[in-house]
Amino acid sequence: MAQIIQSNTTPIDKVEVDTITVDIVENALRNARYEMDAVLFRTAMSPGIREQHDEFPLIANPEGKMVVGQFGSFIGGFLDNYSGTVEEGDVFLTSDPYSCDGAISHANDWLVLMPIYFDGRIVGWAAMFGHMTDVGGKVPGSLPTDAESIHEEGVIVPPIKLYNKGVLNDETLRLILNQVRMPQWNRSDLNAIVAACRTAGRRVAELCSRFGASTYLSVLDALLERNYRAMEQLIATTISEDPISFTDYIDDDGMGYGPYKISCTMWRENNKVVLDFKGTDSQSLGPINFYLNENMFKMFFGIYMIMVFDPQILWNDGFYPLVEVRIPERSLLKPAYPAALSCRTHALGRIFDVLGGLLGQRQPEFLNAAGFSSSPHLMYSGRNSKGEWFQLYQIGFGGIPGRPFGDGPDGHSLWPSFTNVPNEFLEAYFPLLIERYETVPDSGGAGFFRGGNGIDIAYRFLEPGEISIHDDRWFTYPWGVNGGLPGKRSTKYLIKKDGTKKTLPSKCDRVHVEKDDVLHYVTWGGGGWGDPLTRSPELVALEVKRGLVTKEGAYQNYGVVLTDDLSVDEARTEARREEIRSSRSEIGVFNFGGTLEELRARCEAETGLKPPLTPTFI
Amino acid sequence: MRYRLGVDVGGTFTDLLLIDQQTNQTVRDKVPSTPHDPSIAVINGLERVCAKANISPKDIAHLMHGTTVATNAVLEGKGARVGLIVTAGFRQILQVARSYVPGGLAGWIVWPKPEPLAKLEDTIEASERVNAFGDVVQPLDEHRLIEDLKTLKTNEVEAITISLINSFANDVHERRIAEIVADVIPEIPISLSSKILPEIKEYERTLTTVANSYVRPSASRYLQRLDHQLKALTGELQFHILRSDGGLMGVDIASSAPVSMLMSGPAGGVSGALWIASQAGYKDLLTLDMGGTSTDVALVQGGKPSIGRETTVGDLTIRSSSVDVRTVGAGGGSIAHVPELTKALRVGPQSAGAVPGPAAYGKGGTEATVTDANVVLGYLPTSLLGGEMKLDSKAAFEAVGKIAEALSVDVYSAAEGIIDIVNENMFGALRLVSVQQGYDPRDYALVAFGGAGPLHANALGALMGSWPVIVPPSPGVLCAYGDATTNLKAESSKTFIRQFPDTSKEEVILQLRDLAETARSELQSEGVRDEEIVQSFEIDLRYHGQGFEVTVPVKIEEIDKNGLEVVGEVFDKEHERMFTFALDSVHEIVNLRAVVTATQNTVEAPRLNPGDGDPVQAERFESEIRYGGKIYNAKVYDRSLLESGDIIDGPAILTEMDSTTLIIPEHFGTVDNFGNVLIRPNTQREA
Repeated sequence: MAQIIQSNTTPIDKVEVDTITVDIVENALRNARYEMDAVLFRTAMSPGIREQHDEFPLIANPEGKMVVGQFGSFIGGFLDNYSGTVEEGDVFLTSDPYSCDGAISHANDWLVLMPIYFDGRIVGWAAMFGHMTDVGGKVPGSLPTDAESIHEEGVIVPPIKLYNKGVLNDETLRLILNQVRMPQWNRSDLNAIVAACRTAGRRVAELCSRFGASTYLSVLDALLERNYRAMEQLIATTISEDPISFTDYIDDDGMGYGPYKISCTMWRENNKVVLDFKGTDSQSLGPINFYLNENMFKMFFGIYMIMVFDPQILWNDGFYPLVEVRIPERSLLKPAYPAALSCRTHALGRIFDVLGGLLGQRQPEFLNAAGFSSSPHLMYSGRNSKGEWFQLYQIGFGGIPGRPFGDGPDGHSLWPSFTNVPNEFLEAYFPLLIERYETVPDSGGAGFFRGGNGIDIAYRFLEPGEISIHDDRWFTYPWGVNGGLPGKRSTKYLIKKDGTKKTLPSKCDRVHVEKDDVLHYVTWGGGGWGDPLTRSPELVALEVKRGLVTKEGAYQNYGVVLTDDLSVDEARTEARREEIRSSRSEIGVFNFGGTLEELRARCEAETGLKPPLTPTFI
Repeated sequence: MRYRLGVDVGGTFTDLLLIDQQTNQTVRDKVPSTPHDPSIAVINGLERVCAKANISPKDIAHLMHGTTVATNAVLEGKGARVGLIVTAGFRQILQVARSYVPGGLAGWIVWPKPEPLAKLEDTIEASERVNAFGDVVQPLDEHRLIEDLKTLKTNEVEAITISLINSFANDVHERRIAEIVADVIPEIPISLSSKILPEIKEYERTLTTVANSYVRPSASRYLQRLDHQLKALTGELQFHILRSDGGLMGVDIASSAPVSMLMSGPAGGVSGALWIASQAGYKDLLTLDMGGTSTDVALVQGGKPSIGRETTVGDLTIRSSSVDVRTVGAGGGSIAHVPELTKALRVGPQSAGAVPGPAAYGKGGTEATVTDANVVLGYLPTSLLGGEMKLDSKAAFEAVGKIAEALSVDVYSAAEGIIDIVNENMFGALRLVSVQQGYDPRDYALVAFGGAGPLHANALGALMGSWPVIVPPSPGVLCAYGDATTNLKAESSKTFIRQFPDTSKEEVILQLRDLAETARSELQSEGVRDEEIVQSFEIDLRYHGQGFEVTVPVKIEEIDKNGLEVVGEVFDKEHERMFTFALDSVHEIVNLRAVVTATQNTVEAPRLNPGDGDPVQAERFESEIRYGGKIYNAKVYDRSLLESGDIIDGPAILTEMDSTTLIIPEHFGTVDNFGNVLIRPNTQREA
């Protein structure tokens, strides 16, 4: 239990606050949170943070409850586990998921926590974590697909004081940075994260001086209370006491076993909702485990619930008492120390599909198809002609699913504010030529609303080196809903210099590439929403002209027959649609593209890869 | 030939300001805008203002024009059908749009899928490749291109953008394709990304160049027609357009690069505010232009507006130098609402617009707007002096009453809440350009204009600690002042990515001089004499490895004397000011830029008659207002009767034809020689 030192020990009394003041502070906190992002993007150095925005900020109240942010609060857990003092000017750093209840879920995420003081008293916390391109360990990028313990995944920083009462703990930092391959990036990214937290600290102090600390803190209570009330009403009106369940999968563990099951069951007990992951598979021997913080999952749940009702609302921890999350011990989502965690991105993404499937079964306004529920990685490293070390970590994007609101965007990100790295940037700084950066026609699931297409990036390597790939959904399909078809799955292949094609596994490390090898990194599409036979044939024809759907895809999936000049042949379209209608089976809520057995049977023929072996658990 | 004329085309009115360059006397006028063809109002207004001044149009030597014709084409989605030619493999560059989904986690659920500005069916690929270092790695396949251009011809595209990968490093293929296009589709306007924005980052460069093509036909048609009409009317008139960065440019340049006038309207406001405030002796300013649907804010430091490298118009973020104006969806017409679920009070960004407008306008609006809240609180007298419109107070009370009910408070508290929230939204925007850039707003005066700005300015001054709050005379025609008082400007820039150790001061100076030559020739083509040109230089820098640049002003003589290190030092300081830290890393140049300006003929603002300090001659009546939960009797003044030196005690309301100014309790206003009202808190009052 951390000991908080305050030079001013007068307690801060809570006062009555009016709704206008609450709204004003809410607005100011929202601005502060975006300012944290802006400072970070402008000063960080690794493309992962700087261009792709793989980072998450938050501002919390003195008890550590998040009042603005997106990943829910973990400060309470940190305070419980930390045994030292907390003082003005301290800045904490940790990268150890096991020391903060999974607030960060692999060692690449460096989490900075900073208490905010005003007038000698603690008035809140600023925190932010960002993904470091490299934290040492056995492979460049520090996400070894074959790790069997977290100790193979690089340097693991327990909660320490990076700054002690304002003074940088330089020796420790040097010790940490000595373990990583790109210390300059880590140093500047860390600097940037600290600067972002300090910005938040200044903004909170300004609010305290403008409104008074009593009013400020009372407003935070009111904001938390506002979320509680809103969520209470939503839960009561939208969630049934009858349990419903949903199951989705991680395709493999990088060691040949899979798929791993993630199951969640939801029901309401009085005004509370219970989310129970019973039925989820046991933890994996490999690094696909996702140490899921219960509060973080509450936040995900809350955001999905409220998104359509008042998108301007500020997310906070206020509604947490209304949600109970149960995760079985030693499961994929609560592995026991020292289980490997580095490749947790797939399960982190997949729980959003699980949430969508769970909430949407009874509320059509929530029911989206399966989306681009991951952030697949590519790592490329080596030495250039001058003998200098280069190391790329890049996140890929894919298809946003078909939604009740419309078509899913093509080749976009499901993660907030993520962007791709400009290809000209890649070519200027890495020995690469990007020969193709385009979405894959027909990869978005057909539907009344089409799923977004996945992306095909063709990287020509200009220097020999090694690559690592982290992806999923190569075996199971991004499912469609309400009659929508599944999206296409992901695939990766190398065209060697001599023209031979080599299919690569979805997760692999230390793949040697030679100069002029071309890697096709193909991500998956989003599932379709609604019956594709009801989509306007003119729109389908237009999308064929746009190269987003093929003529063959229009015929097979939408029943739209096009003439040579790509206009709609109405009579034949009607006939084709009738033919599909009469031959297809009844439309269910979900279309998973087949049972696991069927997928296994077709796997090698369709994907060029052997099906994963069913994992056995001891 | 002794007159210059500033013309600003706004959404409702076209404002004109005629200046006698010998006496500095001004004549103002406004005519209703003619949105279907804005040039009609310009010509009408010109004839009217000349008649009013009793001069012939032939006496006008120089016409400066701020126009939103390009902006409106984007906002209304009425631009040209653009054909886009990209490098093979990148056809969907605008479709993928850097994969960015706005909003927070799960924001994608409700985000509408945007349509690219150049349609995919109008996008063709050129088989060619240049690498990042400018080497041609695959020659252009001209035969295939000619074949593929047929598609664009069949689709009847109206403008063409050519944007190839790495063209910032070598534009050879872009230029060759332009020649081929000119052969295959004669007469079509062609925009090259290597000309419009020769900078790294393919998406931003392509989008900016496509935006240029998108607005080009309508903008050039408008400008050419207007130029023609003006010349017919006036003979030898110089006609210039206000650029987004506050400088002027010629019609030919504006017609081929209209993307650089997307912020022409707001830039006019900032220039006007700067001009009038400098007359009053203030050079460090925050500007606040509050209209019906939105508010523009900007920062001016030492008489120079901050220039940003990005412009946001609607959903588009375009890379083009412009006065760093930030816009929030907060205006007089912003609608207040209370979501059922959270019972929070939200104001905007939805706006009642001109129709139906605020409830108080009596045009059928029933939702409470900011204007209605101002009416309820008594800040907008319902019978305005010289006002063209009578306000419907009952309708305002009813509309705000509904908000009060939802919040369970009385109607006055609800109205104050609406004002507080909308002020807070503007406060947020003002902080963006000041605090968040490392500037302390207490060092700045706040200049308020636009129809609604002067009503809210005093309260914002109090929030920011920015004094005095300056309300210029005729705050509605300030943009025309800006147009009439700025100068010709041109800039030339290029991407030149070099770490300091990999280049030399000689190489950098050579590049800068080259750029200056290019920019100077642009002004020279406008008839500016060499000795009238002032040039300055900027370098965009970062620490090697960073993704964003900071623009640093540089002097060639200093680089020559002290080397590039002197640039690095300035950058370090700027980085520390903006982000609280500097790094011990290698500096990297990203872009070099030369900016040239023609030296100006200064125009002085007209002076008011001095008074005795007592504004009694302008006093009209007393009116009840509410502020901070209390009732006050506020004096209402006719602003046109105020005299220089008059001191007005708050609470007070100053009315004039196009605007109303509120001085809140515990504050006072002083009228200066030029008719500005300078508002300060009573605590700053000299004993």
